[in-house]
Amino acid sequence: MTRRFALVIGLAALLLAAVMAAGVALGTIALPARDVLRALAGAGDSLTLSVVRDLRLPRVALAALVGAGLALSGTALQATLRNPLAEPYLLGVSGGAAVGAVLAVVAGMASAALLPLAAFAGAVAAVVVALLVARAAGGRADGRVLLMAGVVVGAFANAAIMVVLANAPADAIRNATWWMMGSVGGAEWTGVRALAAYVAIGGGVLWANALDVDALTLGEEPAAALGVQVERTTRLVYLVSALLAAATVSAAGLVGFVGLVVPHLARATGLRTQRPLLAAAALIGAALVVAADLVARTVMPPAELPLGAVTALIGVPFFLTRLRSLR
Amino acid sequence: MIAFDAVAARYPHQAALALDGVSLSAPAGEVTAVVGPNGSGKSTLVRALLGRLPLERGRITIEGADVATLSPRERAQRVAVVPQRESAAFPLPVRELVAFGRHPHRTGFAAWGEADEAAVADAIDAAGVAHLIDRSSDELSGGEWQRVRIARALAQRAKALVLDEPTTFLDIAHEMSVFELLASLAGGGIAVLLVSHQLNLVARFASQIVLLHNGTVAAAGAPNDVMRGDILERVYDWPVVVTRDPAVGAPSLVPLRGRRR
Repeated sequence: MTRRFALVIGLAALLLAAVMAAGVALGTIALPARDVLRALAGAGDSLTLSVVRDLRLPRVALAALVGAGLALSGTALQATLRNPLAEPYLLGVSGGAAVGAVLAVVAGMASAALLPLAAFAGAVAAVVVALLVARAAGGRADGRVLLMAGVVVGAFANAAIMVVLANAPADAIRNATWWMMGSVGGAEWTGVRALAAYVAIGGGVLWANALDVDALTLGEEPAAALGVQVERTTRLVYLVSALLAAATVSAAGLVGFVGLVVPHLARATGLRTQRPLLAAAALIGAALVVAADLVARTVMPPAELPLGAVTALIGVPFFLTRLRSLR
Repeated sequence: MIAFDAVAARYPHQAALALDGVSLSAPAGEVTAVVGPNGSGKSTLVRALLGRLPLERGRITIEGADVATLSPRERAQRVAVVPQRESAAFPLPVRELVAFGRHPHRTGFAAWGEADEAAVADAIDAAGVAHLIDRSSDELSGGEWQRVRIARALAQRAKALVLDEPTTFLDIAHEMSVFELLASLAGGGIAVLLVSHQLNLVARFASQIVLLHNGTVAAAGAPNDVMRGDILERVYDWPVVVTRDPAVGAPSLVPLRGRRR
């Protein structure tokens, strides 16, 4: 298992490095590798410097962090809730974030600074409501109840969005819709740093609880027999995964499919326990979103495709090849 | 030793007590069996031990320590429990499944150590699952799966072992080998508490039998004292006769044709 782990992590890291390099070098202006390297070192003409260090590098970094965050979140959730269909957006995160963003857009506050905050607030509110619903319904942190509570809150959020957008001006609808399709186009270093902190802390908490989560995949009673505090761990992983997803959503809108599919791709490498899976999923998720963003902005320049759609377009074929081995 | 002392417990939103003043003890070096009809409270005992059901009265102790004062991890270091039902949500290699038994002994970021490796190796050996370790959990038969779970419990290196119907769905040879394994573990000084429906096997392997009925102890003692026709007929509500098994002379239950009285 350790040799396989080293192999998978090595390959995934290489893949990520390759797509990140491509992400920095390619775009509306293709840059030769030599110029990119010089710009990274701080030399070269000002246009190249600006394109590499202020535009592409933060964009690639943000895409990688969004992918890693969603993948970590999905990997932990699927194991903890014992459900291969679990993913961060099912927790009401996406719906709540969208409500926050849509309200901000419709209220005319769609500035680059406010929109992420509104989305984050909406996502957190939705997760809190879902947790309260689950507590009222079951008392205990039952995985199925948590999942259903998330789905119900998400459905409610979607209904609210439709009501709000029904009477909104056309440009507000367009802005909101575009945001919901996901993009890392507006990446800035401040946002990258903030998301990096979320991914590092959230990933760290998930890593620290990974052994407990492994036991939880056997069921509540076997986990309890192994000394796991079942309710506490389930609730903690749920909350941390949701916050991780909320942070990615506020940074880049809704990037679908990553949280659901990347954990399965990671498992398809033959890794089985949480810690190796988290590490592999983070790298694969990062590589997938960086690659998707590269495709989104280079297929028909200068227009950009919605990132969330491209992740799905790339991810679905991968997923289909693995469908047979899913259990 | 595991001891239940006048334990009472109730499921949420239920009027009746699931356990109503149950006292029993499972001493080291012996197999103690808990038997009784469906719904008599056998599995509830295990759930109460695991802290999945709060006690209304009484207490459960392991080696004299009150379970309520132990953290789940501390409890799992002292008693290994094999619950009735289990399925891996995602397939796991058997070696990993057994290694989970070291979970209670691993704290935070502590690395996997030699003691863990040795405990797992011994457990694999004792449970006779060495030929399975490279298999995946979804390729195991029912009997293999049970032995792997017992191996995991042994890897916990606890002084007490509790099993909830470990031989359900097993054929005769697999069932007997599990019972023999439990007997040899008890012979090694472990306290084995076994919840089972197999009265006749229990009568041969257990030194003490506790018969539960509607959440109370209907009879307890040596197999000869509990396996009596009048007691079993009343508790199971079915006509029976108790004979001697021809192999070792242990009491043996034969249910008669008939109907519930």
